[in-house]
Amino acid sequence: MNYRYRINYSKKDGMRYTSNLDIHKMWERTFRRAKLPLAYSQGFHPQPKIQQASPLPLGFLSDYEIVDFFLEQEMDILPLEAALNNSLPSGISVNSIIKINLVEPALQTQTIASEYHILFLEEFDSNKIIESIQDLKSKKTVIRSRRGKSYDLRPLILDLEIIMEDSCYLKMLLKSKDGATGRPEEVLSELNIPVEFTRIIRKKIILAYEVQNNN
Amino acid sequence: MNQEKTLLNQLERILPLVEKPGRYVGGEYNSVVKNWEEVSTKIALVFPDIYDIGLSNLGLQILYENINQRKDCLAERAYSPWQDMEDLLRQNKIPLYSLESKSPLKDFDMIGFTLPYETLYTNTLNLLNLSQIPIRTENRGKELPLIIAGGHATYNPEPMAPFIDAFLIGEGEEILLEVIDAYQKWKKDDLSKNELLLNISSIDGVYVPSFYDPQYNPDGTFLNMKVENKSVPKKVTKRIMGKLPYAPTRFIVPSIGVVHNRIAVEIMRGCTRGCRFCHAGMINRPIRERTVQEIIQTIEIGFENTGFEEVALLSLSSSDYTNVLELVEEISNKFAGKNLTISLPSLRIDSFSVGLMEKLKGSRQGGFTLAPEAASERMRKIINKPISEEMLLTTAFEIFKRGWHTIKLYFMIGHPSETLEDVAEIAALCKKVLAVGVKAIGRRAKVHAGVSTFVPKPHTPFQWVACDQQESIRQKQNLLREELKGPGLKFNWTDPKETVMEAWLSRGDRRLAEVIETAWKNGAKFDAWQDFKNYDIWMQAFSDANLDPDFYVHRERNIDEIFPWDHIYPGVKKTYLKTEYLNSLSLRLRSDCREQCYACGITQTFNHLRKEDPGIVWKCPNLSPRKSKNELSIPN
Repeated sequence: MNYRYRINYSKKDGMRYTSNLDIHKMWERTFRRAKLPLAYSQGFHPQPKIQQASPLPLGFLSDYEIVDFFLEQEMDILPLEAALNNSLPSGISVNSIIKINLVEPALQTQTIASEYHILFLEEFDSNKIIESIQDLKSKKTVIRSRRGKSYDLRPLILDLEIIMEDSCYLKMLLKSKDGATGRPEEVLSELNIPVEFTRIIRKKIILAYEVQNNN
Repeated sequence: MNQEKTLLNQLERILPLVEKPGRYVGGEYNSVVKNWEEVSTKIALVFPDIYDIGLSNLGLQILYENINQRKDCLAERAYSPWQDMEDLLRQNKIPLYSLESKSPLKDFDMIGFTLPYETLYTNTLNLLNLSQIPIRTENRGKELPLIIAGGHATYNPEPMAPFIDAFLIGEGEEILLEVIDAYQKWKKDDLSKNELLLNISSIDGVYVPSFYDPQYNPDGTFLNMKVENKSVPKKVTKRIMGKLPYAPTRFIVPSIGVVHNRIAVEIMRGCTRGCRFCHAGMINRPIRERTVQEIIQTIEIGFENTGFEEVALLSLSSSDYTNVLELVEEISNKFAGKNLTISLPSLRIDSFSVGLMEKLKGSRQGGFTLAPEAASERMRKIINKPISEEMLLTTAFEIFKRGWHTIKLYFMIGHPSETLEDVAEIAALCKKVLAVGVKAIGRRAKVHAGVSTFVPKPHTPFQWVACDQQESIRQKQNLLREELKGPGLKFNWTDPKETVMEAWLSRGDRRLAEVIETAWKNGAKFDAWQDFKNYDIWMQAFSDANLDPDFYVHRERNIDEIFPWDHIYPGVKKTYLKTEYLNSLSLRLRSDCREQCYACGITQTFNHLRKEDPGIVWKCPNLSPRKSKNELSIPN
């Protein structure tokens, strides 16, 4: 019998340069250090039962990453969180842990969209950006190519706006479903903003059941 | 702190542009970040190759933990940036920085390079330069860090002598801390750099090359080492630990994939087999073992501290560890069924080894590796690695029968007396092993032959021997390539250019420093990487320095020749090496020296340490000096 939990965590500092595959390994090692009874798949090469929601591209920061993991024994949330916090590398911190029904579909299939904030490391003409945002939004289709395949970026952009507070940043809500994922750097490229002059932070991942609840 | 912030801002713009940016950010679990204000002595430990290779280096891990345990010191790390990152660092005028506090290397008190192999020399110069530190000792004032180096390659320090302030010869655990003490005292007294160098030169095992002036004969051979200063030792004897010190357990856990993601436990240091080509076997004497209990404890704590999924039990010859069966049984009892991999490399060729590996179930992915080194009886006698072919084939059958599909066989070609018939026997042996495999498990059986080329090393019985000519090496490799074709066979070899490069660096003298410097200035680096083709740059550098590479590589040395590394003493006497060289010429085998002492000199050199730790630690037989002399005179 396995028990399923969902961690919401942040990814910061140097950890932003750790790829998805290596994040998987990071969790596996963290569980081992924390002496938590992580469940493994059966078979000749047993794999730890860890599911990530939606891959975060290398270099992005995140305040809101989600991972599901399966334990061989049931545990209370508080001691679980304490054990993990003691064993995590710097740059990763747990925001919350909840218990999840074992029969819920895999996390990857529940992911609908991601919200990103894009901060500017260089001064940009905000009027120009506003203009190009309006221009982009007014288009019906935006055909781009990724890995030699052409696709339409426009329907993947659910929301896009510039926020002018103390500092100005871009806020975008992009689809992130299997096979239909909008990437912030592709939107930036449409807006003529070089990605190396920005800091991209994932703020939220929206899951299917959250949308249903809201309806 | 401000400096750090500026650097972080710069890095944020650079790192998206490079491959594997995780190499350059630190923050790994178990890395140690101390406050610079609270520490008096800061040491940067540098592995002069990329992060992926350097991170798992056990020697640096030991020193990192050692130094960071001291309240008054800190150790941070740096590695060679890959070309893409180097270009961006130079374009943006960012000096090489440490991973922990992101401090420029030039702000440290000391920079310690580990030089386990010679092909890191150009990278070492490149890193000094990237740190905005002059590469030559004479151009560095006391305001710049003290540059020290250690590791296997530094048993011949001469080619790097003008660049390194002090070499620490031998095992680094104690000597580095003594150098730190001397450094602290010197800093407090505010004396000249020369005073510092003089002070540390009196520490056993420290070699300060600027006090030594090499003299040469008209024919270019080495005459002697002139030492003007009376307080500087004429001969520098390596340092060892009488008993192996505590094994590291807080291994740095990388946040990205590297070559070896694992805990490494050194189960024993030294080797008693006496293979005549083996540098490690000669310079790491005497043989010292850890107890089973200590090893098990280290593994347990190591897993707890790291969460790693693999442990490697390291030694030069695992099967020779006295209680190897007990060790393996304990490990399989304790760690079986926990999704962990245990690797036990360097096994002897016998069915006992197969039994050991069988007990470490779960580590069966990949192949089973054996290193016969030679295939003909004659070559086995020359290199002193006797193996019976029958035993090899029986062992191979066992390996295939018990579930491994691939056997990797390591061989060495290139001894000057080796003939094409000797080489043909390598191919024949591989085919016999494959035939045994096919008989055992059918067409799934595979044999991979890894054939390296012999490089004569200083302080070995082959230090007098010529390195094979490139043409001859190619001929031998072509023969193997022809023969080792077909299903189930795979053949790997080393580029002969790489072999000769390692050869001239290995037995070079101080004049070679100019060649290294010119080669580096003209773009040579990452010489250990096959995809960097620096050969022509090196040839040009030799010609610029008016030196002949063949003099270093292909010349058979006169039996009485004085070598540029003779003033560095590994505890093994030159007369012993000479005897072994002559034994190789007369095809005479010598047995494992656990059984019989051949008076190599190690026990005399470190008798005082052995007395401190008598009994189970040292595995050299107990002999009176007179008795060992007698045994030497008995032929065979």
